[in-house]
Amino acid sequence: MDFDRALELFEPVLGFEVHVELSTRTKMFLEAPNVFGAEPNTAIAPVDVGLPGSLPVVNEQAVRYSISLGLALGCSIAESSRFARKNYFYPDLAKNYQISQYDEPIAFDGEVEVELEDGRLFTVPIERAHMEEDAGKLTHVGGATGRIHGAEFSLVDYNRAGVPLVEIVTRPIVGAGRDAPELARAYVATIRDIVRALGVSEARMERGNLRCDANVSLRPHGQRELGTRTETKNVNSFRSVERAVRYEIQRQAAILADGGTIVQETRHWHEDTGTTSPGRPKSDADDYRYFPEPDLVPVVPSRALVEELRAALPEAPAAMRRRLKAEWGFTDAEFRDVVNAGLLSEIAETVREGAAPFQARKWWTGEIARIANAREVEPGSLVAPQHVSELIALVESGELTDRLARQVLEAVIDGEGAPHEVVESRGLAVVSDDGALLAAIDEALAAQPDVLDKIRDGKVQAAGAIIGAVMKAMGGSADAARVRELVLERARG
Amino acid sequence: MSEITPEVVRHLAGLARIALTEEEVARFTGELSHIVDAVAKVNEVATPDVPATSHPIPLANVFRPDVVGETLDRAAVLAGAPEHDGSRFRVSAILGEEQ
Repeated sequence: MDFDRALELFEPVLGFEVHVELSTRTKMFLEAPNVFGAEPNTAIAPVDVGLPGSLPVVNEQAVRYSISLGLALGCSIAESSRFARKNYFYPDLAKNYQISQYDEPIAFDGEVEVELEDGRLFTVPIERAHMEEDAGKLTHVGGATGRIHGAEFSLVDYNRAGVPLVEIVTRPIVGAGRDAPELARAYVATIRDIVRALGVSEARMERGNLRCDANVSLRPHGQRELGTRTETKNVNSFRSVERAVRYEIQRQAAILADGGTIVQETRHWHEDTGTTSPGRPKSDADDYRYFPEPDLVPVVPSRALVEELRAALPEAPAAMRRRLKAEWGFTDAEFRDVVNAGLLSEIAETVREGAAPFQARKWWTGEIARIANAREVEPGSLVAPQHVSELIALVESGELTDRLARQVLEAVIDGEGAPHEVVESRGLAVVSDDGALLAAIDEALAAQPDVLDKIRDGKVQAAGAIIGAVMKAMGGSADAARVRELVLERARG
Repeated sequence: MSEITPEVVRHLAGLARIALTEEEVARFTGELSHIVDAVAKVNEVATPDVPATSHPIPLANVFRPDVVGETLDRAAVLAGAPEHDGSRFRVSAILGEEQ
């Protein structure tokens, strides 16, 4: 159904579960390293594969990170918090249960201020933020699609099993109306900004450091009772969160308007088709047979620790945005473009590394965003801010032209190293050595002897032909401004 | 009395991936009811002034520092696997999904 028609008929209610992988050195309950991209099953300790007799011990840093995150979400921190077993049978965890939290989460009752594109603020209520462990990674083999249906078997890598997670659960979010899809995107972006500012997670969606399940239900306008919800999984970019929520609103509205009913279920988002498809019927909490984890004792954070972490909280993203806008001197439109492109933290970090704000903005919203768009990834996943800052410095100092800098950027993105390493290994630096330039200029003048006379007659633009020839001869690495000066000197001399 | 019905037993068996015959469903309905009733006797003695126990040992805050320690050799990790491809466990495709 048309989105506008869906909103005439129904009020959307949203809810989100965002999983944040913490960037601790080790896993949640054991001393195996928390790494991304290692060879399968090489970052494993006995607890990860459920070996008999192995016992979990809580990572203190993960608890500190979780409390900091809870505080940044405006939550209360539990006086006493405990872990629970969530029982389910699926090979992504070898133990047949996940250690999570159920009735005593570490943090609860918070709220997050989310800014929409036009600057309006929306408060999202947070029910809880609890600690748990991540599951292993399954690769489904066989079948045409690589999806679960039709797969012949699955291969399991437990490196990710046991990685510390914080799951942030909202209360039902009402009142977003037609802003619901945009709010979904802005909420997840805000969570990312918060965890990055805290430094508790790399929060890279394309790596699964930050994952979002989006709950959507509809109810007729004026009805108090909430409608039946669906939970869409596998939405792993800001853009897909927005699209998935919009799609679910339209899909559910069509069913309800037709007199049908919504099935409470998990649904999978398909990036390629922009649609969702049914997964399994959603289990009730009862089906997980939660009970207190007998292998772990409660976490009782001292009030002194909570206050220490509260005092160390960084500036909230909304406040930071207001400050940065003033510091950088961007116009409203420029700043909004940066925020909407999700590039605020990248630009802030690039500026912190020494780049001028307008240069940082130019590169991130220009060339880097263009490449990211072509490759269908987030710009922040392509290149580190310190490399962008280094690149800008090389242009400022005249070592690189803009054109060469774009080549260097591509090479950095393709993993050839830091900008100065690429410049060196590819021999890309601008030639501003007068000797080399004069040799090339004289060669070009020999081929076009009338140019100097034209310049002497006042046709200074004739120098362009020589600059072009020198550039061509030197593979684009000549300092054009210096070539021009030298040509004009020749004409005078 | 507990509320263990044959439907509850079938549901639990499904969650636990156990196939039961109708005879077994009938037998477990009775047996589970006995067990649940026995455990429910705790309710008769637990009064509101008895706080819920989350752990039998009165301890809290047992932590370890965030320092990488020993990991298992991959061959050891896979040693117990019924099937593997040399680097990953191989399991039957299951109609379900990642949690």
